[in-house]
Amino acid sequence: MKVLMFGWELPPYNSGGLGEACLGLTKALSKKGVRITFVLPKRLDIDLDFLEILFADLPNVGPAYSISSPDDVNSDKPMSMIDSAIMYAQKAGVIASRVTHDVIHSHDWLTFPAGIAAKRVSNKPLIAHIHSTEFDRTGGNGANQKVAEFERVGLVESNRIIANSEYMKSIIIREYGINPDKIDVVYNGVDKKSVVPKKDASLEFAKIKDLGYKVILFLGRITLQKGPEYFLQAAKRVLDVDQKCIFVVVGSGDMYDKMVIDSAKLGIAKSVIFAGFLRGDERNRVIEMSDVYVMPSVSEPFGITALEAASLGKVVIISKQSGVSEVLKGALKVDFWDTEEIANKILASITYKPLSRFITFVAKQDIKNLSWGVSAQKCVDIYNSIIN
Amino acid sequence: MTAICFYFQVHQPLRTKKYRVFDIGTDHGYFNDSSSMNTNNREVFSKVSKKCYFPANETILKLLKKYKEFKVSYSFSGVFLEQALEFGNEVIDSFRRLIDTGRVEILSETYYHSLSFFYSKVEFEKQVNLHKNMVKKLFAMDTQVFRNTELAYTNELAAWAENSGFRGILAEGWDPILGWRSPNFVYRPKGTEKIKLLLKNYKLSDDIAFRFSDKSWSEWPLTSQKYSAWISEVEKNAQTINLFMDYETFGEHQWRSTGIFEFLESFPTEILKNKNIYFATPSEVISRFKAVGEIDVPAVLTWADTERDLSAWTGNEIQQSAIAELYSLERKILATDDQKIIRDWRMLTTSDHFYYMCTKWSGDGDVHKYFNPHDSPYDAYINFMNILRDLDLRVENYRRMARRATGPGGEVNMNNARK
Repeated sequence: MKVLMFGWELPPYNSGGLGEACLGLTKALSKKGVRITFVLPKRLDIDLDFLEILFADLPNVGPAYSISSPDDVNSDKPMSMIDSAIMYAQKAGVIASRVTHDVIHSHDWLTFPAGIAAKRVSNKPLIAHIHSTEFDRTGGNGANQKVAEFERVGLVESNRIIANSEYMKSIIIREYGINPDKIDVVYNGVDKKSVVPKKDASLEFAKIKDLGYKVILFLGRITLQKGPEYFLQAAKRVLDVDQKCIFVVVGSGDMYDKMVIDSAKLGIAKSVIFAGFLRGDERNRVIEMSDVYVMPSVSEPFGITALEAASLGKVVIISKQSGVSEVLKGALKVDFWDTEEIANKILASITYKPLSRFITFVAKQDIKNLSWGVSAQKCVDIYNSIIN
Repeated sequence: MTAICFYFQVHQPLRTKKYRVFDIGTDHGYFNDSSSMNTNNREVFSKVSKKCYFPANETILKLLKKYKEFKVSYSFSGVFLEQALEFGNEVIDSFRRLIDTGRVEILSETYYHSLSFFYSKVEFEKQVNLHKNMVKKLFAMDTQVFRNTELAYTNELAAWAENSGFRGILAEGWDPILGWRSPNFVYRPKGTEKIKLLLKNYKLSDDIAFRFSDKSWSEWPLTSQKYSAWISEVEKNAQTINLFMDYETFGEHQWRSTGIFEFLESFPTEILKNKNIYFATPSEVISRFKAVGEIDVPAVLTWADTERDLSAWTGNEIQQSAIAELYSLERKILATDDQKIIRDWRMLTTSDHFYYMCTKWSGDGDVHKYFNPHDSPYDAYINFMNILRDLDLRVENYRRMARRATGPGGEVNMNNARK
């Protein structure tokens, strides 16, 4: 089985969950004997022994999902994402004619034109794998119509669609008018080993734990989709009751400045730490030192960080509007807008020990069933079904 | 002659409303939800009355009038009766019309539908007495047969019932305790001398209670002819066939559209064609038959789930923690002599609160989810624990007031404390 796969990013050069998901999935697929040629838009210093990586050598490629408004798309810094996606497609045709493959697998809209172009050349079936849509990224408000159209065309032109949750599937049906029979759900997995922090290094602010503070974590892009403002409003309510809590915000994004200002306006600035974007061991360590991980996303197709936090034994509070809530029984679930309830559950998690013990116990059982191996096997089944 | 012994459990818990950490210390109305949620007790009671109590009572009354041989028995939790009184008298009145026929027996249970027997014998006895008084007051009846919450039963409970003057007790006719024996006979609990044990025929009971509307069941649809034929098959070697189930089976668990009321109405006509069958109440069965053998139940047996134990209420860590915390407050609560505090604490002993925290997700879990007014078992636990913390605060406040009111001689003057 040979797969020509189009991606946009891979760790450590990733801006979020898309790169993590591609890495986890391809690693597990290669273990099942699938040979993958993974195409990236620009040349990076990446070498993975289980993948043949090709670079399309585009100039000035921006990070995945850096856009959230039409203005960004039309600006020329670095190059418009839409232009990048089209240029990627121009290169994809050539790549498809040179690389032998049985199936084409494209990850999200940026790579859909490339997938379609490859399909035109090789006449092999195309799988459109959806990790998030424009609808999720904008919370349904001010969606970029061009991007949404790229998504729709990719979904229509593909032979099969993979959605990373039932939640995602329902959005594809509702917002893009796709026939449900064309869509398979393949959940993301979690690579437990990759999130365990190394023993040696330590974070400076970890010392606060020794003073008896509880650490409540937000980790994600600071954008409308991830609901950072709900995190801060919940923080305010928690601090009204319990001052011995520190709220850590990890990530960067277009709402960063607003969040810093908001925390001051709410009068909780001294209890909120903005740690910026962290990756690798630092990222793992901040999860490790937290007591509760909160994911108040407005719309979260999957939410892989919740699995990572749960695999490190943390209580996770997740938005009901998320894919991960379908597979994680060991989690507290909330409506993202119900900040009173988020605060109630944060306080319950740090107050009622039997609750936190039990939830994390249940989550560990859940995670046993959520390996990338399981996800990869489902993909293999889908490959086989469309080749024959 | 073989008896058919119908027994229906009638219960509605007082559900707790959404109670957040921020409500602690400010809101003591734990059960007064007036929203459109499933935690609005008045709404639920009114809905179940319309779907079940009124139409089922109407059907039973019709049967009692039509057949002089027809008899049934009920047990009502005190929590149910309290709500029936609070939310208008129509439901109580409709049950009274059945009882007035003289062919209805009422069984004894705990007032608060609690599992207190396993946590505090003292509290358990108080709750049984409260229930006994309530039944006497409302229906002018004395109870002779005991059934514990969720049919939770052990040898020890049977011995207690005997010592307390009960003539009979009910339990699940579960195969592992019966071995080769049949549930369709009267037995003697191990360690007792006089009291008799009636065992639920769970296969025939659950055919109605659980499987009636299940289209994937090979016997669907169940007709009264078919069901009567099964009973006639069994009765050839039986003293009594005990059909025990929740009364809410009729119209609430099995909706009217399933034909459950038609089934209930036509069943006596059908079964009475068999001249060897008659209807009897538990105390009549006990009077009529001698015990054929001894039944030994050392560990708790209930009528719930495939395990038939208490795991639906106390199976996981959060349930165990909640119930332990609750009973650890007992002495403190009762020492207050504050009837509101005591009543609220007792309301929290209702087994349903722990059932809502059950985390059996597959199989029986679907049943659990159907009955859960809370979003999840964790939500049920958080709610419960927040309320317990408020209750604890109220007790502390009460004590502080009482200490302040204590005169030099150490005598408590509550008149001062209330000022």
